[in-house]
Amino acid sequence: MLTKRIIGCFDVDAGRVVKGISFVELRDAGDPVELATLYDHEGIDELVFLDITASHEDRNTVVDMVRRTADRVFIPFTVGGGLRSDDDMRLMLESGADKITINTAAVERPELISEGAHRFGSQCIVVAIDARTESDGSMQVYTHGGRRPTGIDAIAWATEVVERGAGEIMLTSMNTDGHQDGYDIPLTRAVSDAVSVPVIASGGAGNAQHMIDAITEGRADAVLAASIFHFGTHPIMDVKRQMQAAGIPMRMEHADYDDVL
Amino acid sequence: MSDPRLADLDVIILDYGAGNLRSVVRAVERVGARPDVASVPAALDEADVVILPGVGAAADTMHNLHQRQLVEPIREYIAADRPFLGVCMGLQALMTVSLEGGEHPCLDVLPGRVVRLPEGRKIPHMGWNRVEQRRSTTLFDGIPDGAHFYFVHSYYCDMAASEDVVAVADYGADVTAVVERGRLAATQFHPEKSGAYGLRIYRNFLLEHSGNGASR
Repeated sequence: MLTKRIIGCFDVDAGRVVKGISFVELRDAGDPVELATLYDHEGIDELVFLDITASHEDRNTVVDMVRRTADRVFIPFTVGGGLRSDDDMRLMLESGADKITINTAAVERPELISEGAHRFGSQCIVVAIDARTESDGSMQVYTHGGRRPTGIDAIAWATEVVERGAGEIMLTSMNTDGHQDGYDIPLTRAVSDAVSVPVIASGGAGNAQHMIDAITEGRADAVLAASIFHFGTHPIMDVKRQMQAAGIPMRMEHADYDDVL
Repeated sequence: MSDPRLADLDVIILDYGAGNLRSVVRAVERVGARPDVASVPAALDEADVVILPGVGAAADTMHNLHQRQLVEPIREYIAADRPFLGVCMGLQALMTVSLEGGEHPCLDVLPGRVVRLPEGRKIPHMGWNRVEQRRSTTLFDGIPDGAHFYFVHSYYCDMAASEDVVAVADYGADVTAVVERGRLAATQFHPEKSGAYGLRIYRNFLLEHSGNGASR
């Protein structure tokens, strides 16, 4: 049976992980590659790096991070942030990323989705959608890190990106993001029911029950979390055990590279 | 630990322009081998082991293999029962025909068709699925039955009844997960993205064909 995935997410600025990280066992807690290695070791199913560096003129820092991650981490990982062309995508994929994610650039030029899907395959094109449920109940797409409303309906956009070749949708609710008070269940469910591809719920994870709800009520295929794992207060395997106890299929077996090889 | 017995093995990873080979190269290096990436037919002559990776569409894959004149050399290599490992599209390309985006003749090493996954579930089949071992093989040494591996694909090899299928995964159909015939093996999942047990698949396969496998 296909398991549900827990995806760890790092925001990276100029090669350093932002948001407070306090793992004592890390030599360099700001190094995204060290953190990725630790999360892999602790049982995460997949990783996402979002490059939030203001200037994207110098891609070398990101490329270096991707290459170093591919050298040490043997689980899937996605890279996004400021990718605007299929050549940008190619650079990340050739450096070792398994998937790339695009958000604002896809809204501004939807052809980018089909270009990427055609050139690299749908399986590596993740379209990130930031959406907000407005006071009138409509669900609107936002761009530029959730700051700019587009007037586009989130469900219509989700359907369109799949038609254009997206292989997966990473859905972040602007209403719940940052509050650690649970995912946006109605939004997640509406998008997941509307599309044929897997949907990653994002924004609002505070505990295991939130993840259980996103999957059972929101019908998400994967849950993304950043800060709840960063402080070590919710060990990944503990969260997985709780999800499994709630009847969700999870990847529970866990082996270290050095033990198995 | 990586295994020193693998250091002298001549491992060729075929590059036919399918994009990212880096993770396969790194996985093979991680278990102790020193692979070479090659795209010319002559590379198969001296190889101890050939690995055919791949993502993307069947039509592109076959087009690229034809363009590099690799189709006949691969067929001959496998017909001589020399060690060959296919991964993901590298499994599907071995079949008779793929129905992905039309009807595309493939390498026709394994009889059967590559067909779309059944409707009713999310496609692509993406994520860690439980792999059920149908019979024991050295490929699974040290890997528990039911361990999870990372899949990402929309089409699958319809050959469930074949004795060559040594492991399956359930996704609305018995998805062919691992095929083994003689010294040919192939996986639908990505061992290089399936953590420690995935790397163990590479290690087991390479060790089996290092000339020292039987002495373990």
